[in-house]
Amino acid sequence: MRAQSPVLALRGVTKRFGGLVAVNAMDFDVAEHEVLGLIGPNGSGKSTTLNLISGALHPTAGTISLRGTPITELPAQDIARRGISRTFQLVRLLPSMTVAENVMAGAVFGHRRRWGGEATAHAEAMLERVGLARRGHLRVGQLTYIDTKRVELARVLASDPKVLLLDEWLAGLNPTELEEGIALIRSLRDEGRTVILVEHVMDAIRSLCDRCVVMASGTKIAEGGVSDVLSDPEVIRAYLGDEDA
Amino acid sequence: MDVIVTGLLLGGLYALVAMGLNLQYGMARIMNLANGEMLVAGGFAAFWFYTAAQVSPLLTVFIVAPVAFVLNWLIYVVFLRPLVARAKSRGQLEVDSILTTFGLSFVAVGLMLAVFGGDYFSYSYLSFPVSLLGDTYGANRIVAFCAAVVICGALWLWLTQSRAGLSIRAISVAPASARLVGIDVRRLAALSFALGGTVTATGGALISTFVTLDASTGVLFTLKALVIVIMGGVGDVRGTIVAALLLGLLETFVASVIDPGLTLAAAYLLFVLILLVRPQGLFGRAQT
Amino acid sequence: MRLTNRDWNALGLSALLIAVVCCLPFLTQGYWLSIGVTIAMYAVLATSWALFSGPTHYISLATAAFFGVGTYTVGYGIEVLPYWTLLPIAGVLGAVLAALAGLATLRLSGVYFVIFTLGLAEFIRQIITWVQNLTGQRGIYVLTSITESHIYWQLVGLAALVFLTGWLIGRSRLGFALRIIGDDEEVARHSGIHTARAKVLLFMVPGAAAAIAGAILAPRYVYIEPMLAFTPMLSFQVVIMALLGGTGRLWGPLVGVIPFTIIWEAISASFPNQTTLLLGVSFLVIVYLLPRGFVGLIEDTRHRGREAQA
Repeated sequence: MRAQSPVLALRGVTKRFGGLVAVNAMDFDVAEHEVLGLIGPNGSGKSTTLNLISGALHPTAGTISLRGTPITELPAQDIARRGISRTFQLVRLLPSMTVAENVMAGAVFGHRRRWGGEATAHAEAMLERVGLARRGHLRVGQLTYIDTKRVELARVLASDPKVLLLDEWLAGLNPTELEEGIALIRSLRDEGRTVILVEHVMDAIRSLCDRCVVMASGTKIAEGGVSDVLSDPEVIRAYLGDEDA
Repeated sequence: MDVIVTGLLLGGLYALVAMGLNLQYGMARIMNLANGEMLVAGGFAAFWFYTAAQVSPLLTVFIVAPVAFVLNWLIYVVFLRPLVARAKSRGQLEVDSILTTFGLSFVAVGLMLAVFGGDYFSYSYLSFPVSLLGDTYGANRIVAFCAAVVICGALWLWLTQSRAGLSIRAISVAPASARLVGIDVRRLAALSFALGGTVTATGGALISTFVTLDASTGVLFTLKALVIVIMGGVGDVRGTIVAALLLGLLETFVASVIDPGLTLAAAYLLFVLILLVRPQGLFGRAQT
Repeated sequence: MRLTNRDWNALGLSALLIAVVCCLPFLTQGYWLSIGVTIAMYAVLATSWALFSGPTHYISLATAAFFGVGTYTVGYGIEVLPYWTLLPIAGVLGAVLAALAGLATLRLSGVYFVIFTLGLAEFIRQIITWVQNLTGQRGIYVLTSITESHIYWQLVGLAALVFLTGWLIGRSRLGFALRIIGDDEEVARHSGIHTARAKVLLFMVPGAAAAIAGAILAPRYVYIEPMLAFTPMLSFQVVIMALLGGTGRLWGPLVGVIPFTIIWEAISASFPNQTTLLLGVSFLVIVYLLPRGFVGLIEDTRHRGREAQA
């Protein structure tokens, strides 16, 4: 029974901004240890969906539940404490703090809360995990672009989340960095983490995701195994149509 | 009945003053906490012209307006534009402009104290009674109210009909997109700030015909104007007018029924109520 | 967290400084002691103000409201209760008022908060005046045997308490949460920080401190009336002193309080009508010349010195 019940479930989740329907009746489940790709053309509502799950926005209708408990109306901080942790589309670090302190923010206040020496040690371990061992003393401003992304990922991991939301984490990386980035996310996958990946990079989706949900104009147009979904004519039309425009 | 008419007459002038603040906050994005001092300065000018040369406050308005326009334009360009330029975030600009306009407000009070001293000043202009709907009211209140209505109306027409007015409203709704369609946001922000100051100063000249002012009363008017702007909705002309009339009514009611010393307390309670119940303003749509 | 040697040194040095400062009444009475009282009072008010406004960037003008509440607690309570019980009562009342104000406004933008806090003192003042008019009373006498020296020691003690609180908060999860909120509130929320609760909790510190300060000073006034207890100038002076010193460090506001109090006293003695102008100019100086206060100036100079050496 428990094995079948999804970690995260969306039912009829809808978000309207005035007259615009940004997300329309989204339904999908994320199973334990699954890496789910959330893809679709620009403006199709992927980031809004992520914002609804993380509590940055609240849906106009529908329910979101974490292990069967509804979290639809909870504020962002409570959702974070219950174990859903996210990165931001444009990296957001804490500019006045060191790299280690940035990561500690996740360790101290997140799903599993630590303090003092335990938090420091955990933050250091997370930095090592993302490939930034012994760089904790650096200022955020001294980092390269991919390293800022690594710090953000380390902050998210430091809270021991049940579900990780990565919002275009691979966007803007150069080819070498991209390889490193994909390897890093693959290692998360190998650890058995539950991840929702909003991505544009198709190679990454093919090699990382178990399943995909495809969105266009706020609606789910396909769901299933990656290769099936990507060869679906409607998905191809959604993408090509977007590129023609 | 008496209370209602007096309240509406007062509310009309509040509408004018608050419209000035709303132009500055809604369009130029500067919360000008020195707004009340501009009002008092306008009142001083009317007082001075009337007592020295017997110039009617209704004519003084035509001197006050251009002077206030230039003065406010200079204040924007010299003090506020550099803050807009250096601000890294909306929050930082907010803190900086609050501190700066508080500073300017104190400087203005200090200067007015130095020039005019700390006395209350009032003069009697058109202070004969007029009968209206069975009660009598000061002619100055009625004249000032009519002048305020005319100015408000002209301003509303200009905002809704003219090209510049339309652009200003565009800035208040979406500053970034306004820039994209070729609106010179920098210039128009200065324009609306200057215009806002002008409207407030004009309102001050009119109010001084029936309200006693002194150098340090400015902050009370700033508070009232803020309550009106927040209640009516930032950048919302119609809301400002309705909120101003409501506040005028409330104050007159409290002053005549409970105690004249409680008018500000009543305005403040109204403000708190609005914050708790409708922080987006009377006619504002809920933020998502 | 365990205390390091550096922490012990800082604590020891602070204790020594407080002991030295406490000697003032033995050296002088009269003018310099009264300056000492004023400085100690503003040290309490500005430091506790900065504890909240430094990390949150909310400008609170509620100091006068809290202060007045404290003064009136003693004014009304002195007939019924012993003086020593009134100080903690004032503190609790100030903290409760701060919590209510915080709950009403801290979710909203900073401008609303400024207006709300500015109006708060005026609101309470009008209500008290009204109640007094109804009962035919003008002011209240607070007659005690408390001397200027006692007031001074109490204020120094309160200042020490505020510093200790600030230091403890700085080392606590709350302090860490506030630094994160100060940097990026969105990240704070998504990291699991209850931002509104943290801000309200923190706002209770200046609320309590200012109310206790008001209570301590009540015997000094002897005769209390609303205009005196709730003077809005107090709130503005506190903002200026704290920002002039700098809110980035716990000791920052103190660096602003001492020179500003002395200059202020000198100017209001010789040019009483120009204090408002001085207040205005100080605001402008802070925004345009000293955005991080003296603390920023000191740190920049040190930084430059270190670079020159390297």
